[in-house]
Amino acid sequence: MTADGPTPADAAAPSGAAPSAGRRPGRVANGFGRYLCKHVAGAAVSLLLVLFSSFFIFRLIAGDPIDQLTKERPVSPEERAALRAELGLDRPMWEQFWDYIIGTLTMDLGDSFQYRRPIFDLIVERLPATILLSGTGMVLAVLLGFWIGTRTGWRQGSRYDRGHVAAGLLLYSAPTFWLGMIVILVFARYLGIFPVNGMRSPSTPPQFWPQALDIAHHLVLPVLTYTAVVYAGYLMIMRSSILDEIGSDYLTTARAKGLRDDQVRDRHAVPNALLPTVTLVFLAIGGIVNGSIVTEAVFSWPGLGSLFVQAVFYPDRPVLQALFVLFSASTILAVLAAEILYWFIDPRIRKS
Amino acid sequence: MLSARGLRVEFGLPGGRTARAVDGVDLEVRPGEIVALAGESGCGKTTLARTLLGLERATGGEVAFGGRPLGRSSKALKAYRRQVQLVLQDPSGALNPRHTVYEAVAEGLRIHGIGDDEPARVADALARAGLRPPERFFLAYPHELSGGQRQRVVIAGALVLEPSILVADEPVASLDASVRGEILSLLLRLKEDAGLGALVITHDLGLAWSIADRIAIMYLGRIVEQGPVEQVLTEPRHPYTRALVSVLPNSAAFLDGAAEPVVLAGELPDASRIPGGCRFRPRCQEVASGAALAVLGRCEGEDPVLGSGAHAAACHLVHARMAA
Repeated sequence: MTADGPTPADAAAPSGAAPSAGRRPGRVANGFGRYLCKHVAGAAVSLLLVLFSSFFIFRLIAGDPIDQLTKERPVSPEERAALRAELGLDRPMWEQFWDYIIGTLTMDLGDSFQYRRPIFDLIVERLPATILLSGTGMVLAVLLGFWIGTRTGWRQGSRYDRGHVAAGLLLYSAPTFWLGMIVILVFARYLGIFPVNGMRSPSTPPQFWPQALDIAHHLVLPVLTYTAVVYAGYLMIMRSSILDEIGSDYLTTARAKGLRDDQVRDRHAVPNALLPTVTLVFLAIGGIVNGSIVTEAVFSWPGLGSLFVQAVFYPDRPVLQALFVLFSASTILAVLAAEILYWFIDPRIRKS
Repeated sequence: MLSARGLRVEFGLPGGRTARAVDGVDLEVRPGEIVALAGESGCGKTTLARTLLGLERATGGEVAFGGRPLGRSSKALKAYRRQVQLVLQDPSGALNPRHTVYEAVAEGLRIHGIGDDEPARVADALARAGLRPPERFFLAYPHELSGGQRQRVVIAGALVLEPSILVADEPVASLDASVRGEILSLLLRLKEDAGLGALVITHDLGLAWSIADRIAIMYLGRIVEQGPVEQVLTEPRHPYTRALVSVLPNSAAFLDGAAEPVVLAGELPDASRIPGGCRFRPRCQEVASGAALAVLGRCEGEDPVLGSGAHAAACHLVHARMAA
């Protein structure tokens, strides 16, 4: 008990432990430290598993790279052996594995079979294009999906709700390549207001503003396609998250205190409904690096997605290996960031 | 004074049927008085409470506050909601999990634009709800509090607006037995010290006995008996009330062994299929035993009225006996 003296029989005894728990600085730091360690360790284990499996998966499925590298021309066994030695494929498996692990950890990803250049340079060249396309598309899709999802959930069963859910799911189920071709057909071929593909026109002056405008002009159709396909996912998640909250008593309390319906929605329902979507948003942020492989392919967008497609067809094993690790790592790190953020935005997590 | 006159709330059901959740209710709650509204689950108690608060739209009759009918405009509702406050059953759900105690209590002040001296008003409301010293609870989140403390926060959130009436829907049903008494004595103290009126909805007649001045017994959307709590529970008139009271472990009838506990036949009917005539007739023990033979025709054909008077029951048999 506390030193407050005798408490009235009907007064709540502030037993101290309950309300002040979680506010003593020392305990907070300790709790957060343990929480952080737990999740960082989990992410590290996942990363190691990805690192190991990437090495073996592509060795199992890609066959002998020398066959693919030499399939266009007749080669002597001596030439094959020389090529094998040049690529380091004649060394024992464990040595290759060791080089791969150390190389990946020190950002030395090896050379591409296809381009005969460091993979690291290839990725650095193409990453900005991917981030521009998927980043813009992802932000638009999340904002649009959450905005519409909140309103459809709040007015469940209304004409607004049914119309948006139907339209969203229709677009969601449309194949990206098909929708992309329709978009190209309508806006680029018939109307002619946007370029068909690529990221820039060769005729544009090299100054900053003309270049930026040209890239923005090329960006419109791929972003439109990408957003149209994925926004319904966010719409449905936000809608169901709102529906989870909508029966809650605290909304009734807020209404009974005199809050208007839209204020109840925006001040009480939305912040709580957003909580379970944080992981999803961070997964989306992690997924920006992967880009949209199909969208990039349809619009010949020079990003990591089209690099991946080319590497699959070649097949360019070191590139596949490196992109696999990169894509997985970005997702794992994004989820880790989401877990850490939860500590700060959800007071209930701090209790345990 | 909060009053309902001929209040009706109907819901459309799939298939074109209509559920009459509240079917012609007259009720009054005055400041400084605790009225208990008792009845089985599904009898329309909660719908009645929500309609009194303007959270549900009445399909007939009216709710009046201070003699004036409740307006439909959002401005009128807002002004009304400063005067009549709601306390819900489950305090864990009634508080936004991401708001601190301070935010939860101060919200009402912010909604109604009461800006002066906010921390002092919040502290005062918490103290009146029995959370002392109030400052220690300001930054706590609901999950850090016990069930009883949470319910006190909900009550403080209602008190901070200095309402004249509190509508409490099963305010202690989800609390531990040891905490129930504390919350109930808090309600009693608020009534005596501040002249607060309260409508306490409950299915527990023992609870009604210990805190209420008057009690209204609700059956299938209608109030079937109403009066001072001692009279209604010691001398129940309506067969339904008598059945409820006869199974209370410490009721006079039960202790004397004077009357057998009455077990009602059947289930509470669906609110979309309310029997014609007296709605209690299909389950009435007086009808079943033949005691109501003299008035059976009226039971079958005529809806009994509650009538006026301090202690009134909506029963043809009771009316006939009183007249005799």
